[in-house]
Amino acid sequence: MANDNGTASELTGGIVAEPIANKLAADLKEISVAEFFERNKQILGFDSLHRSILTAVKEAVDNALDACEEAEILPDIDIKIEKGTTKDELVMTVEDNGPGIVKKQIENIFARLLYGSRFHAIRQARGQQGIGISAVVMYGQLTTGRPARVLSKIGPEMPAYEMDIYLDTKANRPEVVRSEAVHWDKDHGTRVTISLSAKYAKERRQSVFEYLKATAIVNPHAHITFLEPTGETYVFPRVTDKTPAKTESIKPHPLGIELGTLMKMAKATEAYRMTSFLIKEFSRISQRTAREVCRKADVDELLRPQDMNRVQAMRVLEAFNMVKIMAPPTDCLSPIGDSLMRKGLRKEIDTKFAHTVTRAPSVFAGHPFQVEVGIVYGGDISADAPVKILRYANRVPLLYQQGGCVITHAVEGIDWRPYGLEQRGGTGIPVGPAMLLVHVASTNVPFTSESKEAIADVPEIIDEVQLALRECARKLKAHINKKERLKKIAEKYEIIQKVLPRLAEKSASVIGKKVPPIDVVVTKIMNVVVIEDNTEHDVVDGKGITTVGIDVVNYTPKQRNITIACKVPVAELGKVDPKPSRREEGLVVWKVTKMEPTEKRHITLELVGLEKDAYEEAEVFFEGLKADQVIGAEPL
Amino acid sequence: MAKDRYIKAVSELEKIAQEVYDDFVKGEIPKMSLPVRTKTNIVFDDRHHVWKYGRSLTHRSAKELGSAYTLLRTMYVIDFIREMVEAKKSSTLREMYYISEGWEMAKFPDQDSSNSLAEDLEIITMSLREDFKLRPEEDGARVIGNVTIQEVNRKGEKKVFNCRDDVGDSGYGIPYNVEKEKLTIKEVDADFVVAIETGGMFDRLVENGFDEDSRSVLVHLKGQPARSTRRFIKRLNEETELPVIVFTDGDPWSFRIFASVAYGAIKTAHISEYLATPTARYLGITPSDIVNYDLPTDTLTDQDVNALQAELTDPRFGDDYWQGEIKLQLDMNKKSEQQALAKYGLDYVTDTYLPEKLAEMGMTK
Repeated sequence: MANDNGTASELTGGIVAEPIANKLAADLKEISVAEFFERNKQILGFDSLHRSILTAVKEAVDNALDACEEAEILPDIDIKIEKGTTKDELVMTVEDNGPGIVKKQIENIFARLLYGSRFHAIRQARGQQGIGISAVVMYGQLTTGRPARVLSKIGPEMPAYEMDIYLDTKANRPEVVRSEAVHWDKDHGTRVTISLSAKYAKERRQSVFEYLKATAIVNPHAHITFLEPTGETYVFPRVTDKTPAKTESIKPHPLGIELGTLMKMAKATEAYRMTSFLIKEFSRISQRTAREVCRKADVDELLRPQDMNRVQAMRVLEAFNMVKIMAPPTDCLSPIGDSLMRKGLRKEIDTKFAHTVTRAPSVFAGHPFQVEVGIVYGGDISADAPVKILRYANRVPLLYQQGGCVITHAVEGIDWRPYGLEQRGGTGIPVGPAMLLVHVASTNVPFTSESKEAIADVPEIIDEVQLALRECARKLKAHINKKERLKKIAEKYEIIQKVLPRLAEKSASVIGKKVPPIDVVVTKIMNVVVIEDNTEHDVVDGKGITTVGIDVVNYTPKQRNITIACKVPVAELGKVDPKPSRREEGLVVWKVTKMEPTEKRHITLELVGLEKDAYEEAEVFFEGLKADQVIGAEPL
Repeated sequence: MAKDRYIKAVSELEKIAQEVYDDFVKGEIPKMSLPVRTKTNIVFDDRHHVWKYGRSLTHRSAKELGSAYTLLRTMYVIDFIREMVEAKKSSTLREMYYISEGWEMAKFPDQDSSNSLAEDLEIITMSLREDFKLRPEEDGARVIGNVTIQEVNRKGEKKVFNCRDDVGDSGYGIPYNVEKEKLTIKEVDADFVVAIETGGMFDRLVENGFDEDSRSVLVHLKGQPARSTRRFIKRLNEETELPVIVFTDGDPWSFRIFASVAYGAIKTAHISEYLATPTARYLGITPSDIVNYDLPTDTLTDQDVNALQAELTDPRFGDDYWQGEIKLQLDMNKKSEQQALAKYGLDYVTDTYLPEKLAEMGMTK
């Protein structure tokens, strides 16, 4: 499917680099756009009626989210799918509160293939992934004969414009059939309505509903409303007012460049000599590095870049690999962030345990990328089904081709059994009440094919994903261990508080004696110091107060001394009682001395200024007793 | 005499409570020890020629939640038995299970655990559950043959009847108590006893008149035989010196039925000398029969294979005969039912198979 049409692979594979896009535009003219479209429906995401509606919604929503992000607006997105006038016809309407589109650009954005600012910039954006909203407009037009209707407004004092637009498939030009200024009771935003041949089924795993749910998880700053054809409305509410950091565009990094691109960049540059070309057009090339590259490549520093021949270009590429070049800047990436990921997961999945890991940005072949992983465990999640993997590339959910994706392979390659999940033979997708979220953000996500549903097995990416997964898995194991320990404590308590008193009573009554004392037996049965903790969060005067309570009970037959340590995040300490004996990096330490058998001590610790989900489960450690003499904490 | 038996049992039971009480007083964690009740802990008793529990002990300590509850239930059961003995009542094991509903946190989670606790108490006090005034749910199976029995019925009257002439086609039903105070074997005119696993085969032999033709006593085992059935067979064997042969399906579960008749069951190994008939012999269906008689078969299931594997390491099946047959069955991966013999006609079992097998075993001339 991918390779029988050269045009197609260039179409999407080279979307970031302008020269290829130019070449493509030239190629496109040689066959009719409609014909091209028909031949490549699968690549473009319109190969079935079920998939078509998903692709359409996805393009429109991705555009809306990107537009809001660029304008730093908290997105309010309404999606409506209605039945059309004929069988298998649906009408999709997507409305956002984004910055709007200036009037003369409306027609180009919606009815001209490959039109848009994104193709020229290297940065992380959702829209990189799809063929674009114009393809949806064209699909709708080809299947229903109806134009797209677009309504947009760029400011409160500005008129709104509504247009009906066709795409002239021969010339790849918009054809506006109606355009008028209208009143729209909205400060700014865009609404697009497209009729298309499609089928809607909510139950499908790869459905609009699933896509929106997955999208809501990684965009907790968005408010998304979805009206189904059945009239049912779903709301995915906003849970944070923080917009993701705006992504900066960067120049290409030398290590990510291909020969053809290098030569085209050299032809197009305004620089007069090689050194200035390298410094100006690439990121991370200094005067010194540029000279070193020229020397290693045996190319004159003063050579006009336009005159560089193929052989020289190849040597420059080789030289890029010989000199030390700093990794590309990573501020062009926009990770979701631990806190938002947790909020997103929590809002859609009711669960007991959530942990997230955001890896530091890394680089493959000159492209910066960053991996984030979240895990949730317990709660509503089915315990005997394979773990669900939510895959994302640049915040866009990947719904198809799970088996062919580096994310899936990374999950399958880990032996999850030591971490508390079931897994046949220690490979494959684990089974258990868990769900994984994996996000790969990059200026150039290496997809396996043009349909952009699976990420290729790039070693650097698989390593990063696995490192993050293992970190999550370790936290999961700690959580499960703690749960098991708590269960053991609960069992011991049941013995000493419920069963033992009754056993003493009953054994005495059978032989007609007085009830015997049980205290010594109690300490012998427990024979541990029990540590229990709980964490509560409150907001006082707008400030988050996280209160950690730690109970220490000496259930051993002897007097005991123990040192208790609580791991704390970077935060201001509020009330601490009793006074800690010391504080060191991330730890608050108390010495608890001379505890008599069955004596109980209480420790309170307040952390000020944390959000609710920043610190949900205290990590308590101890020192001074053997590991098997203590229950409820880990040895320090 | 019977009364002494109950009082003795109660005083044995009270010792268990006394030990728990003493542990509390001494400040020690209450516990109870009893033999490990698995195949790893059964040994051959040379005196009785049966398999009994060995010396491995398991300890039930109040340190563990499950064991703590079992100890507590034990106290309740002891109390309950004592009340029954005092009130001259008795109950079924199932009734005890339902009575435990009123024991609050000490109630049994299921009937298996109440049955099992009753067995534990038998073992610890070296008594029979009948001594505890507990009787089983399971009834004994059926007997047809020329045996004359005297039973004391519920009105205390002595009834004498012949298990061939005075019964209908379903035969004489073995009561749950077959001890001497209840049942006496008066007279027997037969050459051997055939214990049969399935009702279908029992009825086939009855219909074909095998008991009369071959001068045998037919006993229906009804699957894994109840204690009273095994006890009845043992008494027949001991008191009348009739040899016992066991005729079952040809699968691992049937071999276990034979083992429980001849060697003693693992669950009741504490009373094997009382229940098992060491001279009982296995007739078939053997894995060799499946081959020799070319019987219709089913493929072994995973559970069958696991059961056979387990039997290979079961000391009761340690002799060459069983090791050979079990390995043969594993090799051919097939099993057969008794009634598969009908392949050759309804009379084949009585006309050909049994006479051939009995001759092979030296039971007939």
